Amino acid sequence: METGSPDDTGGTGDEPAWTGLPPGLLRMRRLSLVVWMGLLALASALVPGLLAGPAWAVFALLPLAASVWGWVLLGRNWRSWRYAERADDLLISRGVLWRRETVVPYGRMQLVEVTSGPVERHFGLASVQLHTAAAATDATIPGLHPAEAERLRDRLTELGEARSAGL
Amino acid sequence: MTAPGTARPPSVQGVTERRLHPVTPLRRAWAPVAVLAGWAVHDPDQAQRQLTRLTTTTLLVGLAVLIPAAALYGFLTWWFTHFAVTDTELRIRTGLLFRRTAHIRLERIQAIDVTQPLLARVAGVAKLKLDVVGAAKKDELAFLDADEARALRAELLARAAGFAPETAHEVGEAPARQLLRVEPGVLAVSLLLTGATWATLAAAVVVPALLWFATHSLWTVLATAVPLLGAAGASSVGRFVGEYDWTVAESPDGLRIDHGLLDRAHETVPPGRVQTVRIVEPLLWRRLGWTRVELDVAGSSNSVLLPVVPREVAESVIARVLPGVTVPPRSSLSRPPRRAGGRLPVWWRGHGLAVTDAVFAARHGLLRRRLALVPHAKVQSVRLTQGPWQRALRLADVRVDTGAGKTVSARLRDAGEAAELLRAQAERSRTGRRDARPDRWMA
Repeated sequence: METGSPDDTGGTGDEPAWTGLPPGLLRMRRLSLVVWMGLLALASALVPGLLAGPAWAVFALLPLAASVWGWVLLGRNWRSWRYAERADDLLISRGVLWRRETVVPYGRMQLVEVTSGPVERHFGLASVQLHTAAAATDATIPGLHPAEAERLRDRLTELGEARSAGL
Repeated sequence: MTAPGTARPPSVQGVTERRLHPVTPLRRAWAPVAVLAGWAVHDPDQAQRQLTRLTTTTLLVGLAVLIPAAALYGFLTWWFTHFAVTDTELRIRTGLLFRRTAHIRLERIQAIDVTQPLLARVAGVAKLKLDVVGAAKKDELAFLDADEARALRAELLARAAGFAPETAHEVGEAPARQLLRVEPGVLAVSLLLTGATWATLAAAVVVPALLWFATHSLWTVLATAVPLLGAAGASSVGRFVGEYDWTVAESPDGLRIDHGLLDRAHETVPPGRVQTVRIVEPLLWRRLGWTRVELDVAGSSNSVLLPVVPREVAESVIARVLPGVTVPPRSSLSRPPRRAGGRLPVWWRGHGLAVTDAVFAARHGLLRRRLALVPHAKVQSVRLTQGPWQRALRLADVRVDTGAGKTVSARLRDAGEAAELLRAQAERSRTGRRDARPDRWMA
């Protein structure tokens, strides 16, 4: 795979070939974090600053600190997302504090969905969502390049048809 | 859609359409009465005033308009509801203003229920419901003549099983062999030994009494006592009435479950439709060695397989429901490591896991033990989850999702074991499907 950063612990022996997410998702999330936190910082500087005196404008430091923290968290979260297409199933692993790993055999897939909202489209991103007969299956890969998302969708659909197993 | 104006319903490509039983319109006859009663109870003063204003003439005129209007509506909805059985589908066409056509594919049938509420038994009719994933409540055939419902069920099952279309009509009811019947006495004792029954009853006595001392308001006491008593009644008498004369039989068409004292229900679950089986052992039943067995079928709301049976019997029935599956003995269940007590004190002892060649079995609960069994072939996806606290203790949960919307979790396993289990389970559920029976079980 040309996109993403393969995990440095994997890639040996029996381990599947993990694929990370392209950096677009991280850029989008960090930008929206900066924009929202910037607005919040502006508001929390102006409102107390004008009403109660300029010294109170230090409140703006809170959103700024939060956005620095969020910047780091988003980076860690983005790095934690990875997926692997194995011969018979798809692996998705994510989460830093709450780690989740999902395995979906291709034969169980009922529907593969590619979605892309207006903001995601602007950043050239799309997400792939897999549905099985079990509602609890939460297999979503966000922030892929649209071409990669479509390739994945076509491949998953093809493999799903070949190995279809139903309920 | 052409409106059928003739007495014979139209037939499309040789498919004969049928109508429901003529008593059908009456099943909603109670609705206007209930609305009026509800209004009267909700606002007694207003109702009183309106009643005094009513004269005999207005009453008669009102009735003269309402009854024919309701009768006409009932008649028309019945007239415009048709169903037909084709080689591959059951088609239901309904709706007076908004037409609705449901085509239910027969090989997708997960279960067929024929139920007879008390009044329907008096009238000799029954309703037939096909459980299909995603089917709506309104896709049931209510009501049919009781014999016709049985014949239709046999025909639907024969077609779903893959009998040749020409013969499917004459195959008839498959012979059933009774596996077991739950004696009413045993059922009554089992309900008396259920903690929930006593808890709701105690709540129904204690809470209103306390409220009486606190408020001295009769209405408050009644408003809490009636729902509580209702809950207590539903969990004891209601369950007894519903699970009375519980009979499980086996036939080539699958499992047959018949039960009910007033309302009779007959369920048929074709082979290979059961997604999970749960063995429940309430605390007070354990001395007697009794268990309750529940099952999940996709798209079906029925969940009880055996209300109360000895454990050995339960195991032999499960062996028939899930072919090739033996219930792992208690000793083979492995507990989470001792450090799991840091995540879930005391209750961690109730958790257990056993994986055999055929089944993934996970137990939880300390007082009320529940052992859930999922055949590997029914696993839709496998997940591993680990929270921060669990990570500190090197623990993880493995969750197995099934098509009936149920998730079976093996909680608090050692992290390394869980990762291994995730890989192995994915592999097993992929290969487990190979020797599963086809959807058309007779084909």
